[in-house]
Amino acid sequence: MRLSRVANYALLVVGSIIVAFPLLLALSYSLMSESEIATFPPPILPAAPNLDNYGTVFATIPIVRYLLNSFVVSSAVVVGQLLTASLAAYAFSFLVFRGRQLLFFLFLSTLMIPWEATIIPNYITIRTIGWLDTYQGLAVPFMATAFGTFLLRQAFMQIPRELWDAARIDGATTFRFLVSTVIPLSRPALGTVAIYGFLSTYNQYFWPLLITNQTLMRTTQVGIAQLRFEETLRWGLVMAGVIMVAVPTLALLVLGQRQLIRGLTAGAVKG
Amino acid sequence: MRWTSRDLRSLGIGLAYLAPSLVLFAAFVFVPLAQTIYLSFFNTRSTGAISTFAGLDHYLELLTSPAFRTGLLATAIFALYTVPIGIALGLVLAVLLNQRLRAINVFRTMMSSTIAISAAVGALIWLLLFNPSLGLLNYVLSRVGIHGPEWLIQPTTAIIAVSITTIWLTLGTNIIVLLSGLQGVPEEIYEAARLDGARGLRMFTRITIPMVSPSLFFLFVVDTVAVLQAFTQIHVMTRGGPVDATRVLVYSIYQDAFQNFQFGFASAQAVILLVLVMGLTLIQFRFVERLVHYQ
Repeated sequence: MRLSRVANYALLVVGSIIVAFPLLLALSYSLMSESEIATFPPPILPAAPNLDNYGTVFATIPIVRYLLNSFVVSSAVVVGQLLTASLAAYAFSFLVFRGRQLLFFLFLSTLMIPWEATIIPNYITIRTIGWLDTYQGLAVPFMATAFGTFLLRQAFMQIPRELWDAARIDGATTFRFLVSTVIPLSRPALGTVAIYGFLSTYNQYFWPLLITNQTLMRTTQVGIAQLRFEETLRWGLVMAGVIMVAVPTLALLVLGQRQLIRGLTAGAVKG
Repeated sequence: MRWTSRDLRSLGIGLAYLAPSLVLFAAFVFVPLAQTIYLSFFNTRSTGAISTFAGLDHYLELLTSPAFRTGLLATAIFALYTVPIGIALGLVLAVLLNQRLRAINVFRTMMSSTIAISAAVGALIWLLLFNPSLGLLNYVLSRVGIHGPEWLIQPTTAIIAVSITTIWLTLGTNIIVLLSGLQGVPEEIYEAARLDGARGLRMFTRITIPMVSPSLFFLFVVDTVAVLQAFTQIHVMTRGGPVDATRVLVYSIYQDAFQNFQFGFASAQAVILLVLVMGLTLIQFRFVERLVHYQ
């Protein structure tokens, strides 16, 4: 299987272009006029790149509001998850109490339950308490995370017990030790949980589709997908919308790649 | 096992730290889970309120319903098209990326870029690629002498189109998981095999595949569960059509609950989904551990 260096690079370049092609094409189409997109054979690069489609997106849908909604909801979920998961992971790693193992299994069991299997009662609950078309309806159900708790517990268990003993001797309270020592020492793991929580909330579709009806409460994903159901499909417009919605997550990928990889592989590799 | 006051105190403190998570899990996972099971035995009004007891009627109806059988079949075909090809493709690309070459990280980022792409975004882009008149796919096919189908109009090709989109969407995750699996294989094992005369394909099937089998099985379960839960790409691309060809289990739950307002009947299907996902996850926990080679 030893290929020459050149052949290796050739394969890597071809592979990368094929995998990234749909995204690059979306970018290219977002810079074309609708009439150019309609020409045959289908063009790949714009003859005269322009940003008109982006202007049309702003004029057609409240994209800024969609982005704002998605950022508010995703950030709220991140903050909520960091709080609940840190507290729980702390109990599962530093505190000793009866039933700890059982409760940990209870947490892990939530990983086996698909959200779609509970979506009907959850929808009815949210409607009953008047949370349709609200940020809390979009965010609160996702503020606890078994996966994040698991990940943080692993990180917390790496912290030397001597620090805990020393803190106790110094008279620090249990809670103080969490805030002043455990949290600062676990920043990489907290970063992983944060990026994960943000990405998965930002990319949600089913739940926001169900519980938002007002246009102004739509999130980015549901908002741009609506463009597909307009009477005349304007592909340049759709692709400009697609790029605007994808840019934040792609930026997050570039900035937080290490954390993301750590999160993805945490489940796969026995540790 | 008597409980001392110390035990109770430490349990109290522990529960205090767990409380925020436990309250949320109770409200949005455990209670709704029980409610789903409960609802599946009842008929409901269009508001979701319970009207009459249905017993096992919904389940019996599912057993005999041709629409549900078609849906399960569509789900199975979807999984069959998506999971093995997605993992195989991921493995090939991961092997390619698992080399010490200059600028390899650029290629790693590019090939795993789809992990950041949402299903809605991916579905919209592929919708354009599959477009019979504007899309590049049929143009490329025509250049090699193949008359491309109207992908989303024909039942047999619609499910293929959705599957291709899904393979692309999961490729990033597959590559990252397999790459980290490959990186965990000690170099000595390859060297020993090389000394024994293993090369090329033989090395790949006898050494690489067994050594990354934990990652392969992990992905097999995770990807299958993801396919069982797939909704977005179907909602955006086909809306379950044409003639129910892509009306997979979750889409059927969505339509029966939120378009036909048969919450009881939809809940019975949600229970089926739950059983399938839990079964798969348990297989992962219980059996795979023994079948797979661990270092």
